Amino acid sequence: MFKDITLGQYYQTDSLLHRLDPRVKIVGTLVYIISLFVVNSFIGYAVCAVFLIAMIKLSNVPVGYIVRGMKAILILLLITMAFNLFLTPGEELFRIAFLKITKQGLAFAVKMAIRLSLLVIGSSLMTLTTTPNQLTDAIENLLNPLKRVRVPVHEIAMMMSIALRFIPILMEETDKIMKAQIARGADFESKNLIKKIKSLVPLLVPLFISAFRRANDLAMAMEARCYRGGAGRTKMKPLVYKGRDQGAYFVLLAYFAVCVLLRLIRLPISI
Amino acid sequence: MIKISKLIHDYIQRDEEGNPSGTIRAINDISLDVEPGQFIAILGHNGSGKSTLAKHLNALLFPTEGAVWVNGLDTKDQSLLWEIRQTAGMVFQNPDNQIIGQVVEEDVGFGPENMGVPTEKIWERVEESLKTVGMYEYRKKSPNRLSGGQKQRVSIAGVIAMHPKCIIMDEPTAMLDPSGRADVINAAMKLNREEGITIILITHYMEEAIRADRVFVMDEGKIAMQGTPREVFSQVEKMQAIHLDVPQVTLLGHLLREKGLDIPEGILTREELAQALRRQCGCRITAERK
Repeated sequence: MFKDITLGQYYQTDSLLHRLDPRVKIVGTLVYIISLFVVNSFIGYAVCAVFLIAMIKLSNVPVGYIVRGMKAILILLLITMAFNLFLTPGEELFRIAFLKITKQGLAFAVKMAIRLSLLVIGSSLMTLTTTPNQLTDAIENLLNPLKRVRVPVHEIAMMMSIALRFIPILMEETDKIMKAQIARGADFESKNLIKKIKSLVPLLVPLFISAFRRANDLAMAMEARCYRGGAGRTKMKPLVYKGRDQGAYFVLLAYFAVCVLLRLIRLPISI
Repeated sequence: MIKISKLIHDYIQRDEEGNPSGTIRAINDISLDVEPGQFIAILGHNGSGKSTLAKHLNALLFPTEGAVWVNGLDTKDQSLLWEIRQTAGMVFQNPDNQIIGQVVEEDVGFGPENMGVPTEKIWERVEESLKTVGMYEYRKKSPNRLSGGQKQRVSIAGVIAMHPKCIIMDEPTAMLDPSGRADVINAAMKLNREEGITIILITHYMEEAIRADRVFVMDEGKIAMQGTPREVFSQVEKMQAIHLDVPQVTLLGHLLREKGLDIPEGILTREELAQALRRQCGCRITAERK
């Protein structure tokens, strides 16, 4: 039942965005997030939104699929909006009882909502088009300069990828232990919070023991296959920039330049 | 290929504070020789020291006393460690706990990556090893979606990709169903016969030892019996005395012999038994058929 679990919500299809080098996508997402904070006019947000819509079109990921992912942050979005709406001082528009809504507050809340939605959609577009594997590879590659200051970059990436590999296995194991404990009369259905926490003990203890045992076995298997850290290792799938990746960087640069320009040049019809 | 001389291995027992409180002798004075290209089976019940022995052959454990040479390399020499592990590959019992990659082909490439093989060569090796074990069409799959036998064949491919001279298999079939078990043993046999790789198969399934060139039976850290499968399995009582079964056909042959039929000891296959029985009462069966 857990075999089909997809991590990081990767959406399998073929598109230009899927084929891009994962490093481009990580850098692109970062640049996009920064750009959302660079622009501060509605025209600026329109540019950001158009750029994102173009990317979604390029990614071949159905819009409905992306919007569904937004549900998770809806509450966060509403709370943020409410705070900005009611707590920003300024020119009063109207008031309901003790709550007053200001002009500045309204503008701020709307901007915040746009910013947050674009940010979430933008970053989920990266995880939708990049496998967790590619992401780890790209992170290892991008952090490579940190090796000079003795950050164990390769080891961190290896830990991430092993964690990803074992999550489905451990989930399956959790399921098995749970069933075994239910068969012995354990109660996982209780509504009582304290009982619920207590019922986790017979689940977590065997799970941890088994996780440690697996870790031990895996370490031995890795050593038996000559694993000795990142030094002297070659890559089966090295990351190589292709023409389209350079093109993508160029587009990204142009987009960011437009965003900066919009911030610097005050348009006469600024809202 | 492998030479073990007077090997002794002690595990240190620790009490709750982590102070050494005693030792357990897992291997007690073992000496054995394995010729290149042989198919060796090591049998023994749980706790007989067979897994400990396997780990010595891959330099995962080091001798307390005595010495182990793999292809002439002394396992005590730390500078030879990686060369030894490359020469003698190892397949473990639990397929889930030895697959590192999230895609089959990436896992097979893990060993060569560690050895620093250039990228194009890694791909060649991966393709060749996956084809050898018959898992090539699964190369893009996630290991989590494979059956136990398939996972274990991927593990074997991962070892072959390192081009070892010898493969040690530590109960590779213990967690598999019968069809998965047959697949894994067939893959091992194929490697031995076609590629000339020395195979050391540790198992407690007697049927898997029948096709070996030599069988070693371990008991309480010592080698209790050794010889060809026929020599070892013909000693039914001795095997039973150290709590090991002989293959079912062998046992049947033995029991029939005890009842007075003229059947040789050390029957290994169903065909052999059928033949011996036919010789016994051949005339009658053929007569009845007519």
